[in-house]
Amino acid sequence: MSNGSHKGVHVAYIAAIDQGTTSSRCIVFDQAGGIVSVAQREHRQIFPKPGWVEHDASEIWTNVQAVVRDALSHASLSLGDIAAFGITNQRETTVVWDKATGEPVHNAIVWQDTRTDALIRRLGDQDRFRERSGLPLATYFSGPKLRWLLDNVEGLRARAERGEVLFGTMDTWLIWNLTGRHVTDVTNASRTMLMNLETLDWDQELVDAMDVPREMLPEIRSSSEVYGTYEGVPVASALGDQQAALFGQTCFEPGEGKCTYGTGAFLLINTGGKPVHSQNGLLTTVGYQIGDQPAAYALEGAVAVTGALVQWFRDKVGLISSAAEIETLARTVDDNGGAYFVPAFSGLFAPHWRSDARGVIAGLTGYISRGHLARAVLEASAWQTREVVDAMNADSGVDLTTLRVDGGMTANNLLMQFLSDVLDVPVVRPIVAETTCLGAAYAAGLAVGYWSGTDELKANWHKAAEWEPSMEPAARARGYRKWKKAVERTVGWMDEDDD
Amino acid sequence: MPGPIQSIQRAAEVLKLLAHGGAHQLSVGEIARALDLAKPTVHGILRTLQEVGFVEQEVEGGKYRLGAALFQIGTSYLDGNELRAKALNWSDTLAMRAREAVRIGVMHGKHVLVVHHVFRPDNSRQTLDTGALLPWNATALGKALVAFGDNWPDGDLQAFTRHTLDPEQLHADMNVVRVRDWAYDLHELVEGEASVAAPIRDRRGVVVGAIGISGPVERLCDSPDQPPRLELVSYVREAARSVSRELGGLSW
Repeated sequence: MSNGSHKGVHVAYIAAIDQGTTSSRCIVFDQAGGIVSVAQREHRQIFPKPGWVEHDASEIWTNVQAVVRDALSHASLSLGDIAAFGITNQRETTVVWDKATGEPVHNAIVWQDTRTDALIRRLGDQDRFRERSGLPLATYFSGPKLRWLLDNVEGLRARAERGEVLFGTMDTWLIWNLTGRHVTDVTNASRTMLMNLETLDWDQELVDAMDVPREMLPEIRSSSEVYGTYEGVPVASALGDQQAALFGQTCFEPGEGKCTYGTGAFLLINTGGKPVHSQNGLLTTVGYQIGDQPAAYALEGAVAVTGALVQWFRDKVGLISSAAEIETLARTVDDNGGAYFVPAFSGLFAPHWRSDARGVIAGLTGYISRGHLARAVLEASAWQTREVVDAMNADSGVDLTTLRVDGGMTANNLLMQFLSDVLDVPVVRPIVAETTCLGAAYAAGLAVGYWSGTDELKANWHKAAEWEPSMEPAARARGYRKWKKAVERTVGWMDEDDD
Repeated sequence: MPGPIQSIQRAAEVLKLLAHGGAHQLSVGEIARALDLAKPTVHGILRTLQEVGFVEQEVEGGKYRLGAALFQIGTSYLDGNELRAKALNWSDTLAMRAREAVRIGVMHGKHVLVVHHVFRPDNSRQTLDTGALLPWNATALGKALVAFGDNWPDGDLQAFTRHTLDPEQLHADMNVVRVRDWAYDLHELVEGEASVAAPIRDRRGVVVGAIGISGPVERLCDSPDQPPRLELVSYVREAARSVSRELGGLSW
């Protein structure tokens, strides 16, 4: 894969493209994994109906080209300075396009979109495809979204059967536009609900159950190999965003894991060469695959609302004007005053999976001020993480000893300290908080020999900050008990006749 | 005695609304509805406020937000937590390049408040000191902040080592800092240690913080009586510029 020698080659960089839910970014990294340049462009969020979320895939492709150009020019670099491009992307978002013209046949259907709700219910029991795909039947995954397009875009099924249109997740859409090849990587494919977790290929039974023409599916490749070139530069990695963060945190050994705090929070733990099926409401997914090496699997616990609650507090309640200010407000008081905020805005995710739940603020008294509410908002992220960590510990049989964190919310000291307090383990932030982009860059750099191997990547990993638990066990137990009582109060809120 | 002037009251209402609205950008129609005023009245108020720089528009004909002039007459205060969030990538990169611990400070009364701390990247055992207070007169962070600040903090200046500058030396040093746009300390807080820092500016050019590195003189300097190496200084200044650029993109 690599000879580990870069002598004689002029200084080069790796450019990671992060095609996210709200924006596309390009970050250029140097050999030490340091950030050289960043560029970002937001794209439109299209809401045709309540619960529907779409993106214009053509707009995204235009933005991706622009951020690559911007990131290079910010650092006065040219394409000749780039050793490889890596790609990481919002997962599950689904696009179908015309093979001849490259035009999307419909807006991309975004992972958050719930239009496949009825289809999911028709498909049957939540665990019907869990053994083969690792996933519960839910609206997030790409397969049902593709099926919806086939059923609702006029003439699409016939065109698909004639091989005139192609399906892809955002990695596939970008790689096709960048290189002309129709491929996806194992991590993105593992979120379609069409791939068999053991064979790492499309599963005929799943494909038949979802009733999608196999001709339109991309070829499944590893996460780290040269798929093709763009303007002469190898395009050499693709990883779903959470898997990329796992890679960027260099969690290459079984038992190593990370939690990324963004809109939601995603805890992934490397389980090694075998898929582990969860008894506690977690997903089984592919962590990564480097070239022709065996794939590494992961268990995933997803919390829907963490940073989104802070955003809600900023935009809908208006007590703060930026997300970072929540810490300032929360520090005006010493504790939550007894208030607990369970943000089950669209039901409870891992480990509960209750779609009939809705949010509550419990423990309200006349004493509660806005500072207490700010505390409760932050603490919600920590308690939700605790629930997922408990599920991970139960599934893996090994207790987590340190939590590696990344994402924007790690800038919040109060939250990170509280997280360490409620988990009773040290919480560690690595020196590059942009682990998602870093992971894509690492995988691409490995594929072209820019880095010699995973050991060199591990040597790049450094602690930037560490928070040690300092909460009394009795206070932790009391807080967790109250949190669980608050969670109980969210379930069963929705009735049959609610929309 | 004349009563309150209605148009000033209304202008104040408009500013308050823009300051507390969730999105911080409102259209004429939205403001008119919220304050129960006629659209032409609101438009007139906004035009006047725009002329004096108290409100501004991202694009001609677009929504309005609070303008830069309002912040200039107010305070140059920037939320420390906000500064940390904006600086995260660049302070990490600085720590990696310099291989030293990074701190970001803001003035807090007579002291430098550490709002962000990145460990020295060698995985040794270190303790987070975000929230700690440092003396301004014996640190590069403090000198960079005071050199570009509005006033000289009150109170006697404590000498920490025999190298801590006396007030006269400090005044001279400040003039140099203002010209060079970066500051350093050499054995001034702790014997054997040095620090380098550069100012962080917001989009109005006001210094709102400082970012710097610190460590033993053996690593930071070519010899124990020499200022820190210029290569390290260049990393610090580049980080300060990157954070400043990040703050320039702040939309209110």
